[in-house]
Amino acid sequence: MSLRRLPVMRSTSPGDVPRTPGREPAVEVTGLVKRYGTKTAVNGLDLTVTRGTVTAVLGPNGAGKTTTVETCEGYRRADAGTVRVLGLDPVADAAALRPRIGVMLQSGGVYAGARAEEMLRHTASLHAHPVDVDVLIERLGLGSCGRTTYRRLSGGQQQRLALAMAVVGRPELVFLDEPTAGLDPQARRATWDLVRELRTDGVSVVLTTHFMDEAEQLADDVAIIDGGRVIAQGSPESLCKGGAENTLRFTGRPGLDLASLLKALPADCAAAELTPGAYRVNGTIDPQLLATVTSWCAQNGVLPDRIAVERHTLEDVFLELTGKELRA
Amino acid sequence: MSATTGVFTPKPGAAPLSRMIRAQALLETKMLLRNGEQLLLTVVIPTLLLVLFSAVDIVAVPTETAGGSGKAVDFLAPGILALAVMSTAFTGQAIATGFERRYGVLKRLGASPLPRWALMTAKTCSVLVTEVLQIVLLTVVAFALGWSPHGNPVWVVLLLILGTAAFSGLGLLMAGTLKAEATLAAANLVFLLLLVGGGVIVPLERFPGVLQDVLQLLPISALSDGLRDVLQHGAGLPWADLGILAVWTVLGLGAAARFFRWE
Repeated sequence: MSLRRLPVMRSTSPGDVPRTPGREPAVEVTGLVKRYGTKTAVNGLDLTVTRGTVTAVLGPNGAGKTTTVETCEGYRRADAGTVRVLGLDPVADAAALRPRIGVMLQSGGVYAGARAEEMLRHTASLHAHPVDVDVLIERLGLGSCGRTTYRRLSGGQQQRLALAMAVVGRPELVFLDEPTAGLDPQARRATWDLVRELRTDGVSVVLTTHFMDEAEQLADDVAIIDGGRVIAQGSPESLCKGGAENTLRFTGRPGLDLASLLKALPADCAAAELTPGAYRVNGTIDPQLLATVTSWCAQNGVLPDRIAVERHTLEDVFLELTGKELRA
Repeated sequence: MSATTGVFTPKPGAAPLSRMIRAQALLETKMLLRNGEQLLLTVVIPTLLLVLFSAVDIVAVPTETAGGSGKAVDFLAPGILALAVMSTAFTGQAIATGFERRYGVLKRLGASPLPRWALMTAKTCSVLVTEVLQIVLLTVVAFALGWSPHGNPVWVVLLLILGTAAFSGLGLLMAGTLKAEATLAAANLVFLLLLVGGGVIVPLERFPGVLQDVLQLLPISALSDGLRDVLQHGAGLPWADLGILAVWTVLGLGAAARFFRWE
């Protein structure tokens, strides 16, 4: 199992977002079943998206992510279960719902011969109060390719154009199906910044992704999907906490007496010297525990070197829950 | 609390229908006029055929039939107008729509505020605009070649509109049911076959009797024959041809409405 260091802080929590109490959730899916022929793509899936939050739907290929999202968008009819988007039935109330949502498909959606800016302006013209197209073009770095036809855009530019088209109508809720697939790191960051801005401005976002770090960075709420069901849902922190214990590592003088350390630590902690001079503490790593370890080192005249706190990442959680690599 | 008015602060709403349809029709027309292969089909080929067959007596056309001036262009121009309608309403629309379906354009538009019927209206507008441009161009060229049309323009417009409806139905049926590549191949093949066997430049009388009876029922034959009756011979309302086109319209649009798949 690979452990990675997690970026230290998350800026905000869902509670910070302005929300009108009493409004129905952005998305409410209960017991969704969707079959294609004999294949069951979604099998009793429940998902709730709180207004004003970013929800990441995470799962491997074929897990049912796109089917779920496309059912919410009104493209598919549920075989069983109920789907409510902004309180509406995506199929029966499509006409009322469509102006209120923004959709970014996994690929395509633009005339091959349309220029990037032309297509964005066209999409804006279908809405009553669109975002200033120039602002959006600048925000997503599409200025240099505004006059390029869609078929000549790079994959990343096509993705960003599709994203721009999804948000230009100032929707209440946007569905982004793998918005950063195939993007270079810079474009990816621009997309992340845009998603954060959407959230700040009170737009609800549902995005599907293969990328753990994307979910960790952006999402207030993560729904892990496998085999057509949600197998875990919660904030990235709670999901990571819910997994196995976290780890603290440090190096120091070989042969330290760990028994005294264990006495100082909470009862559920474990400590071991892995190789001479390399120590590992397992448990709930919080500031208190870190302080305990460093003061114990001080008492023993040890200068702990290379202290590292390693937390489980969503990737680990996913692996534990499904036994699968995400990007197999 | 909601004092935040960011760039993206939700303010959803559909644009007025008329604005959406106008914008969509304009975009569709631009896409069509920007596409080289489409222009070849809708502009270059009909114009070339008109000029070439008027100037050179490759296919001996029946010019001496009653009412005409005896010039080849009087026989050819109505057929070429029928071809122009077919090239835009059928071939061009089928290929373009087939690829729009393939590349998710129709799917994406399906999630936009533009209703499907409005999209189809816009497509029809775009076809009609293109046809007007074609007809203006071909008429100018035909006049330059010495064309002297007869008949009631209202019947001509009626034929053109019904022909457009019939070919649109068939084109959309093809685009909405076949793969984009298959539509591309089939639409071009049908274009070629109907060009030859639909009374456009080759008179139907050249074909054996039995085949003639069948070919007469094709929409392209009905359109070119009807236009020729009016424009070359100054005939009244060509009921039979309009009837054939009406049947094709009902069949084509009906089947398209029933079987068209958006993804």
